[in-house]
Amino acid sequence: MTLTLGHFLSLGAMLFALSVIGIFLNRKNIIILLMAIELMLLAVNTNFVAFSYYLGDLHGQVFVFFILTVAAAESAIGLAILVLLFRNNATIAADELNTLKG
Amino acid sequence: MSATLNASTLLAVPLAPLIGCLIAGVLGTQFGGNWIGRRASHFFTILGVLIAFIISAQTSLAVAAGARFNATLYEWMVIGSLKMEIGFLVDGLTAMMMCVVTFVSLMVHIYTIGYMEEDEGYNRFFAYISLFTFAMLMLVMSNNMLQLFFGWEAVGLVSYLLIGFWYNKPTAIFANMKAFLVNRVGDFGFILGIGLIVAFAGTLNYTEAFAKAGDLAKLSFPGTDWMLITVICICLFIGAMGKSAQFPLHVWLPDSMEGPTPISALIHAATMVTAGIFMVARMSPLFELSDTALSFIMVIGGITALFMGFLGIIQNDIKRVVAYSTLSQLGYMTVALGASAYSVAVFHLMTHAFFKALLFLAAGSVIMGMHHVQDIRYMGGLRKYMPITWITSLLGSLALIGTPLFSGFYSKDEVIMAVKASHLTGSGFAYFAVMAGVFVTAFYSFRMYFLVFHGKERYDQNPDAHHAHDSHGHDSHGHDAKPHESPWVVTVPLVLLAIPSVVLGFMAIAPMLFGDFFKDAIFVDGAKHKAMEELTKDFHGAVQLAWHGLITLPFWLAVAGVALAYYMYIIKPALPAAIKARVMPIYTLLENKYYFDWFNENVLARGARMLGMGLWKGGDQTLIDGGLVNGSWKIVNVVSSLVRRAQTGYLYHYALVMILGLFGMMTYFVWFNK
Repeated sequence: MTLTLGHFLSLGAMLFALSVIGIFLNRKNIIILLMAIELMLLAVNTNFVAFSYYLGDLHGQVFVFFILTVAAAESAIGLAILVLLFRNNATIAADELNTLKG
Repeated sequence: MSATLNASTLLAVPLAPLIGCLIAGVLGTQFGGNWIGRRASHFFTILGVLIAFIISAQTSLAVAAGARFNATLYEWMVIGSLKMEIGFLVDGLTAMMMCVVTFVSLMVHIYTIGYMEEDEGYNRFFAYISLFTFAMLMLVMSNNMLQLFFGWEAVGLVSYLLIGFWYNKPTAIFANMKAFLVNRVGDFGFILGIGLIVAFAGTLNYTEAFAKAGDLAKLSFPGTDWMLITVICICLFIGAMGKSAQFPLHVWLPDSMEGPTPISALIHAATMVTAGIFMVARMSPLFELSDTALSFIMVIGGITALFMGFLGIIQNDIKRVVAYSTLSQLGYMTVALGASAYSVAVFHLMTHAFFKALLFLAAGSVIMGMHHVQDIRYMGGLRKYMPITWITSLLGSLALIGTPLFSGFYSKDEVIMAVKASHLTGSGFAYFAVMAGVFVTAFYSFRMYFLVFHGKERYDQNPDAHHAHDSHGHDSHGHDAKPHESPWVVTVPLVLLAIPSVVLGFMAIAPMLFGDFFKDAIFVDGAKHKAMEELTKDFHGAVQLAWHGLITLPFWLAVAGVALAYYMYIIKPALPAAIKARVMPIYTLLENKYYFDWFNENVLARGARMLGMGLWKGGDQTLIDGGLVNGSWKIVNVVSSLVRRAQTGYLYHYALVMILGLFGMMTYFVWFNK
């Protein structure tokens, strides 16, 4: 059996779906939320790499590096916010953090 | 000799009283901390008016010699092509009015020293009457309609202030409010008339507007087939009706008697109320073009002349009798205007100013002599106690009823003849009204005269003597109840006014009516309106007119009126009461002044209040406050309370919405946006 583009795209879609479900169903922990976001970005990366390989165009893989860098920075900021959040509220449970409403 | 007039001298005429007013009004009252006393107040105001009178008299002589002045002194503002200016137009009409205003004002100023002696508002009173003189002079000297309107409103303001001079008296406050409101109705018409002239002639200046009168006469009022000039003239005349107290806007004048007597003489008899007559005469080039407006004027004047005279018959307050007489005489002037005999109207205005001011001041003197009793039923026999007042009153009354050789005879006779010569619609009625008015005038004048000065002395029969008719606290002077003659400051003006009341008509009739004193000021279209022409034809000198007067109907009507008054109030004093009992319904009708006050208060005023209440409760509170102001926040409230539910504050809800939104948009782009 050979791996086709379809397989890679299916993998990406599955990862994406998993991360979306992770965001929606997770009620306990904001860290999991951050991880789910990372997973979502990885799903996108997978797609990029797959397309890059099959189209023979390296630009796609260059994008992956950019996305990884941004994702790392983003998780750093996210974790920093998380620490401050915990200091202020003594909790990181997602369903207790509803102060965004008016 | 051709005399000239210069602007700065003329400017001094209105400004001298204004300065007097400021000195008395600012320094003499609490505004300026009561710096100057009574003596200084009356000195400066009288000086101001005296200066104005002297210059006016000189001006008048210069005008008689042929001088004219018409120039703009100051340009206030220019809006497009419309100039708003202050300027003077001095011709025969203006010069005559200036003399009348300043002379009567001067007499009233002097008289006031005696009349207001015990009043706390002495300095304030002088300031007001000087301010009035200023405003009235601005009105008559104006060369444009804006300044005329300014003077018009300013005299109205001073009239308001002076009617309510005793501001602690509720009736006075009611009266001054009434005068103010009724005058607003008239002024509304007046300003509409001015507005129409500005709209169609494009100018406020008299000379320029009159130059375009011929063009105006060709237009019709937009959207209708009325003649534009008729609409303008009727609007202007409505202004005159308010100011000159013509039916049905006459209701304020009798009530204005709540004010002190000197101002009744100055404002409500001699000068301000004649402003309407003056204005119509001044606008004669416009009025001449509209027969409809002239008919309207004549009918209104006729109604006023006759029916207001009837009311004078039953009044018991000495000032009100004179007030109704003023209304009736204003009606005569208006009738003359309607007959296109503007110069006759103005001539009657002048003679009336003197004899009516005289009668008012005499009435004031009587009131003083009677210790502020105004009810003529409790007077009688005063000729023994007040000889000067008696003689001058008699002269004034004789002038009023039109005794030959007295001034009133000439003017009134000319009015009647002018109406007779007029052929406009309504002249028949007006002729009847003024003719019957002669009898009525003679009757009520001499009724008052006999009740006050002749007959039994009744001053001790007054049930509420010393209960202040004129509000100020006069109990301080402990006279006995006997009437007494007034001091010289009161009697001298009476004598000085009595002289022109007697001789002025005789002297002035030839130059004013048939000479060229009013040559440039008053325009009569001789081809259409022949009244003046016929009067001129019949005139063969003042003495001859007086002799002729002895055999005409008005004279015998006047004699009959006097005789009837003599019979009813001297020979058989019980008769009036018997007649009164017989004709109770008529008496009640007259007592209630034809129910005009009732109608105004219950229909117009109440209607206006109900309309206001409806607009307030229904329009403002319910619709605007309830519907628009509160309604808008209520809608926002309801909508936001629904929308707020969607905003939970949970991160994952927001993320879900974002992703679903993204999904939806992607779907749209991929499948539907081909």
